[in-house]
Amino acid sequence: MLTILYDGIAYGMLLFVLACGLSVTLGLMNFINLAHGAFAMAGGYCTVFLVNRLGLPFALGLPIAFLITALIGGLFERTLYVHVYARSHLDQVLFTIGLVFMSVAAVDYTMGSSQQFVQIPEALQGQFEVDGIGMGKYRLLIIVICGLLTVALQLILAKTRFGSRLRAAVDDQRVARGLGINVGAVFGITFAFGSGLAGLGGALGAEILGLDPTFPLKYMIYFLIVVTVGGTSSITGPFFASILLGIGDVAGKYYVPKLGAFVIYAIMIIVLIWRPQGLFARGAAR
Amino acid sequence: MRRWFFLGAACAAAAALGTAGGAQAQDVKIGFILPMTGQQQSTGRQEAAAAKLYMAQHGDTVAGKKVVLIVKDDGAVPDNTKRIAQDLIVNDKVTFLAGFGVTPAALAVAPLASEGKTPEIVTAAGTSIITEKSPYIARTSFTLAQSTVPMADWAAQNGIKKVVSMVSDYAPGADAEKSFKDEFTKKGGQVLDSIRFPLANPDFAPFLQRAADQKPDAIFVFVPSGQGGIFVKQFVERGLDKAGIKIIGPGDVTDDDLLNGMGDAVVGTITAHFYSADHDSPANKAFVAAFKAANNGMRPNFMAVSAYDGMHLIYEALNKAGKTDGDSLIAAAKGMAWESPRGPVSIDPDTRDIVQNVYIRKVEKKNGELYNVEFATFPNIKDPIKAAVAK
Repeated sequence: MLTILYDGIAYGMLLFVLACGLSVTLGLMNFINLAHGAFAMAGGYCTVFLVNRLGLPFALGLPIAFLITALIGGLFERTLYVHVYARSHLDQVLFTIGLVFMSVAAVDYTMGSSQQFVQIPEALQGQFEVDGIGMGKYRLLIIVICGLLTVALQLILAKTRFGSRLRAAVDDQRVARGLGINVGAVFGITFAFGSGLAGLGGALGAEILGLDPTFPLKYMIYFLIVVTVGGTSSITGPFFASILLGIGDVAGKYYVPKLGAFVIYAIMIIVLIWRPQGLFARGAAR
Repeated sequence: MRRWFFLGAACAAAAALGTAGGAQAQDVKIGFILPMTGQQQSTGRQEAAAAKLYMAQHGDTVAGKKVVLIVKDDGAVPDNTKRIAQDLIVNDKVTFLAGFGVTPAALAVAPLASEGKTPEIVTAAGTSIITEKSPYIARTSFTLAQSTVPMADWAAQNGIKKVVSMVSDYAPGADAEKSFKDEFTKKGGQVLDSIRFPLANPDFAPFLQRAADQKPDAIFVFVPSGQGGIFVKQFVERGLDKAGIKIIGPGDVTDDDLLNGMGDAVVGTITAHFYSADHDSPANKAFVAAFKAANNGMRPNFMAVSAYDGMHLIYEALNKAGKTDGDSLIAAAKGMAWESPRGPVSIDPDTRDIVQNVYIRKVEKKNGELYNVEFATFPNIKDPIKAAVAK
């Protein structure tokens, strides 16, 4: 029973790391980036390449995947995305879906279409038995990393100058620009950071979710659900949303396997009917 | 004036092209329709390589005719398969259609095979009913039940009394679950629970936990080829192997193509299947060596050997029939028997389906690589589903 809770929290944390970049981008730039899953996939494949082929230790593969994906994100933002910011949402959706298909084909061509398995170190395999709860070691790592990340993100948002600039730009872009905040730079850095987080999530998740070229298409729906349920105006919204969805999904599949996969959608529908702007969002500013 | 000139020129060009194509009327063309892109890409890759290997080894002349291999990609989308098959039959005038990576692809082409009187050699798809859909279909791959029924028999004979069945929720998964359950309960075993998980499944954790809590002797599992490794890894992570629960299932879970990448967690997994790259026979050792040499060290899997045998069936049918019309070729194919790299095989004259040995294997580490090592044999298994109906 408590094992299910533990598994659900681990799964939820993983979803959070994967989805929070999307939430910030959507809230900050009002930009629908459906290619977010492609950055996650890039991070996963980076780690596979570094750990499996080059033999780097797993602990090193994770931060390098984060950095490489953040760099790719920053590069794409400056060269590709910046042209699409002012366009309609439909154009943004079409553009990013096109990016997704291109990334799927590119990865398929270079790395092949079979499942990739990351070689995780011995120390992370197996589980602890604590009080009758089986706690998987790898899931413990996920919970720890994602927990630390959440705290760090919240601190950055709340306590640093960059964080306050970011919050200002999310609240009202025009006034923030008027006050002299370089909103373009804030966008760029945030986008890169969000993509980097997605890459880290993809690298961490390869062990649990699997990794193949269709990853962005398979899991995009889960990121979107987290963002929808959590709202886009804070970090805490998606955090609690992903924990709720993670536990709901795992518990649903345990107790009612036939319908278990539907629980996550049912939660989304109920939340949207009750609070359309998401669980923790303030009403839309614009 | 100018319009007529261009129209005339176009007609002349078309006529010239048409006659140029007709010069090879004596060729026997084999149209292999495989998923070379998409999720089933590994099947296409293995099968195309095996077909080319067979031609390289046996030459391209059979019964006085030149054999031409045409490989087309359908991406495992049945609409594509149908269109490509139509094109091959009408325009390329193929003598054989072969391949078909997924069941819907094979089923979509069945009416075309009947109408065009073109033999359809299924070298990948595994659902039982396929061969019943046209008298021109013969299969050299397998049926899922051929693996699951001996698995159930072996389990019942070896002290496994309580099993939880876990399969992916799609047609082959349902087939596997049903055929295993029917046979296992007939032999005195008990299936405690039948769990199905969604095909696009992110996480096996809750399902595994639910299965483990029922304390079975073994978990019978069937998942599509790519997910087997993830399943076994999570199984071991949860400590279920230490709790004394075995994993059993058809060999799709421990596909030779992916086995080495799955890591040591899969060692000890017991599966039932018709082919292991480790099969100890001179024919197989030669096949594996030649395959690896021609394909950069890639190990052949059960799909490759199916395509290899498909080509063998085609060549031998041409030799035996002497003619190239569909009826003679299918008649020649019925009852044909030979020694394949997987073991002795034959084509059942009544159902045109393959009859082959099924082996029980265990994953072991040999020379630093993981192999499915065979330790028990169930000889000459016909497709159990059709056999039960025939009784």
